[in-house]
Amino acid sequence: MLRFILRRVLWMIPSFIAVSVVAFIIIQLPPGDFVTSYAADLATSGSPADPATLEAMRIRYGLDQPLVIQYFHWIWNALNGDLGVSFEYRTPVADIIWGRLGMTALVAFCTLIFVWIVAFPVGVYSAVRQYSVGDYIVTFLCFLGMATPNFLLALFVMYLSVTYLGYSVGGLFSPDFENAAWSLPRVVDLLKHLWIPVLVLGVAGIAALVRIMRANLLDELGKPYVETARAKGLPELTLILRYPTRVALNPFISTVGWVLPVLVSGDVIVSSVLSLPTAGPILIQALKTQDMYLGGALIMFQCILVLIGTLLSDLLLVWLDPRIRYDR
Amino acid sequence: MAESAGDIVVEVKNLSTWFGSGGDTFKAVDGIDLMLRRGRTLCVVGESGSGKSVTARSILNIVPKPGRIAEGQVLLHGAGPGGAPLDLAALNPHGRQIRAIRGRDISMIFQEPMSSLSPVHTIGQQIVEVIRLHQKVSNAEARERAIAMLEQVRIPRPEQSIDAYPFEFSGGMRQRAMTAMALACEPKLLIADEPTTALDVTTQAEILDLMRGLQQRLGMAMMFITHDMGVVAEIADDVAVMYRGKIVETGPVDEIFHAPQHPYTRRLLDSVLALESRSHLASKIARPNPADVILEVRDLSLSFGGRDAFGGVKAGGVKALDAVSFSLARGETLGIVGESGSGKTTLGRSIMRILAPDAGNIVFSGRDAAPVDLAALPQGAVRPLWRDIRMIFQDPFASLNPRMTVLQVIAEPLRNYGVAAGAELEERVGELLDRVGLPRDAMRRYPHAFSGGQRQRIGIARAIAMRPQLIVADEATSALDVSLRAQVLDLMLELGRELSMSYVFISHDMSVIRYMCDRVAVMHRGRIVEIGETEAVCENPQHPYTRALISAIPKPDPRQRGRLARIRYGAEAVA
Repeated sequence: MLRFILRRVLWMIPSFIAVSVVAFIIIQLPPGDFVTSYAADLATSGSPADPATLEAMRIRYGLDQPLVIQYFHWIWNALNGDLGVSFEYRTPVADIIWGRLGMTALVAFCTLIFVWIVAFPVGVYSAVRQYSVGDYIVTFLCFLGMATPNFLLALFVMYLSVTYLGYSVGGLFSPDFENAAWSLPRVVDLLKHLWIPVLVLGVAGIAALVRIMRANLLDELGKPYVETARAKGLPELTLILRYPTRVALNPFISTVGWVLPVLVSGDVIVSSVLSLPTAGPILIQALKTQDMYLGGALIMFQCILVLIGTLLSDLLLVWLDPRIRYDR
Repeated sequence: MAESAGDIVVEVKNLSTWFGSGGDTFKAVDGIDLMLRRGRTLCVVGESGSGKSVTARSILNIVPKPGRIAEGQVLLHGAGPGGAPLDLAALNPHGRQIRAIRGRDISMIFQEPMSSLSPVHTIGQQIVEVIRLHQKVSNAEARERAIAMLEQVRIPRPEQSIDAYPFEFSGGMRQRAMTAMALACEPKLLIADEPTTALDVTTQAEILDLMRGLQQRLGMAMMFITHDMGVVAEIADDVAVMYRGKIVETGPVDEIFHAPQHPYTRRLLDSVLALESRSHLASKIARPNPADVILEVRDLSLSFGGRDAFGGVKAGGVKALDAVSFSLARGETLGIVGESGSGKTTLGRSIMRILAPDAGNIVFSGRDAAPVDLAALPQGAVRPLWRDIRMIFQDPFASLNPRMTVLQVIAEPLRNYGVAAGAELEERVGELLDRVGLPRDAMRRYPHAFSGGQRQRIGIARAIAMRPQLIVADEATSALDVSLRAQVLDLMLELGRELSMSYVFISHDMSVIRYMCDRVAVMHRGRIVEIGETEAVCENPQHPYTRALISAIPKPDPRQRGRLARIRYGAEAVA
């Protein structure tokens, strides 16, 4: 078991290297670099910069070096805790992103828990009562949830909240608490705001997971071991939860791997609409202005979240399913 | 036999179980009566779809949807108020009353030992659960009981085995664990639904011994469902023959076998007895000339490697084939017999070169062609030879694409090799359908419209479409009912003579091999332990494993029960 975990963690190293290369390539993909887009900005504002200054900037930021050297510079510094300086904000990248990544992780985590808590019982119900009125209602709502773009849902919920609850819902904090130190009232304020992004981001995930749970459980309900358990005289509810649901849980658990990145990256538009202090909006900004260190760091951290999510789901699966445990 | 009411455990009266409703009703069980007595075994025998399993489920009131018990009674004697009979069919299927009876008074063993136990719970958890469900005992006590039960069903080292998961057990061990679970609360009636069908014959013989022993010790009633007349002869006191949802005949086992009344019973026995000897067609076929060899296999070896921690291939995995050698004469039928895991399917696939052997030769000498060593060919060069060597598969349901019409299925090889197209192609397929005894208009329909036997005929038509010289048939009749088996085998023999084909006929079933094959090779753990004329190997087996194998085959005659001593071979003693 310990060996399995160790091996999984070791496997993350090559994955991480691959991911960092991809992240670096992505931020290099658009034509030009930060200096070009900076020059273009200056030109549109009517005071074109002189080429010598621009060249000096390039040299200062190391943009004149070959890509490979730039990559090793970047990754070496990153491993030493220096993520570089944002061209745009002219502050170290680390200072900008820590707070935002924390908020992203918080929103993603809460959403995941919310998704599971709702999707699990609803999915089980939908499978056990297949083709009942309740199942049809759930199915209808699921398709509706999957089909609704979540930024639209965000606008809708904001409207409802302002009209009926009477408080502003932009961001994760009220203006009073925006820059305050952590305290009980600030947490309460956070919770008052958090439910909206969690709800908005969770709907599509819930809809998908309910369908997955339903399909998996329907497969399992017809299995002979369910009949064996029934012939033992188990009450129906205990039976369904203890046997088929337990087995059907596998794909459910492995969703952590993919739900996490979807939540993290899928929130870009929603975060912009709700003006959340998460990583999404500044990632878009960084990519637009070719702020390579900021963009690269954000992409890399999202990828790391995916790796961690996958590791978590793997470990959960191993804990849950002896067949996987003994396969190693 | 003393007729006393006190001996009756369960009485089934006029039971009918229907599936669907309205005009679409299918009467799976149609007004049957059964009597289950203490200390006696009733075998319910019939072909697939005759309603045996539904009957068993109706007794426990666990009929799967959309089935329902339409009428009739299942009387459990002594369970009602004041010792009166209790009608189980009338109880709410989810209610407390029927749940208390399931697993305690009546318990059940299912067919598939792999899938009938939960894969994610230990054997112990599953046995303890049933004990604690019906009896007020502590977890520790229940565990003690479970260990004792495992010991009774002769599972070695029960203290350790109780914490094992089902997938760590072999099929026979799983079925023992299942039996322990069913008997944990000492039921009055044990229902066993084809408990040995998925097992090898030697394992089956062990499990049958075990169940008979336990039944005598515990004095319970047993209802044993099977399609295998050999098993019936081995274990039954009484027999009920089911056909299309009805019981057509019932009586003591000796009467059923030696004085059958109903025409269906007679037909069933005839088809079983037909397989007890060589096919009548075999004598009409000229003896193959042993010098004219079509296939020569020499020292064929193949290992399935284990994988090490980082996915690399480790040296020395499982030896699926271990220096296998044999030769096949033109026009000959060679049987390959062995139990699961003996390597017989691997051998078939290696001959087809679906698998690449590690060492050895497979020399195929086609008509008017130079001999080719298939083992040495690169994967890409094998394709042209698949015109001459074709395969018939075991599962007539899985081996036909459900989304292709029969025309498309049979025409596929013809099209692949560019033999025919358009109207000519259809004419060829029509001829093939005629040849395997199916109507020509079958070509427009999809495989699901056909029964298992008809599907296997479609598979045969596909295999002979290219007029091959050699056919590898892997368990070609295992999925078919006994009454169809002889027909399909006869068809294959006729076609073999007509097209002068040779067969490598893989089967676990000795009777099928004896019916069909000129010679037989017995495989055990990747080796051929014995090869020779079928008659000689069956009547006078030389190798101890062959002897064990043949002695484990149940004879379809209750009068021979216990006549032949079982011979056990080494590791097989504990299944």
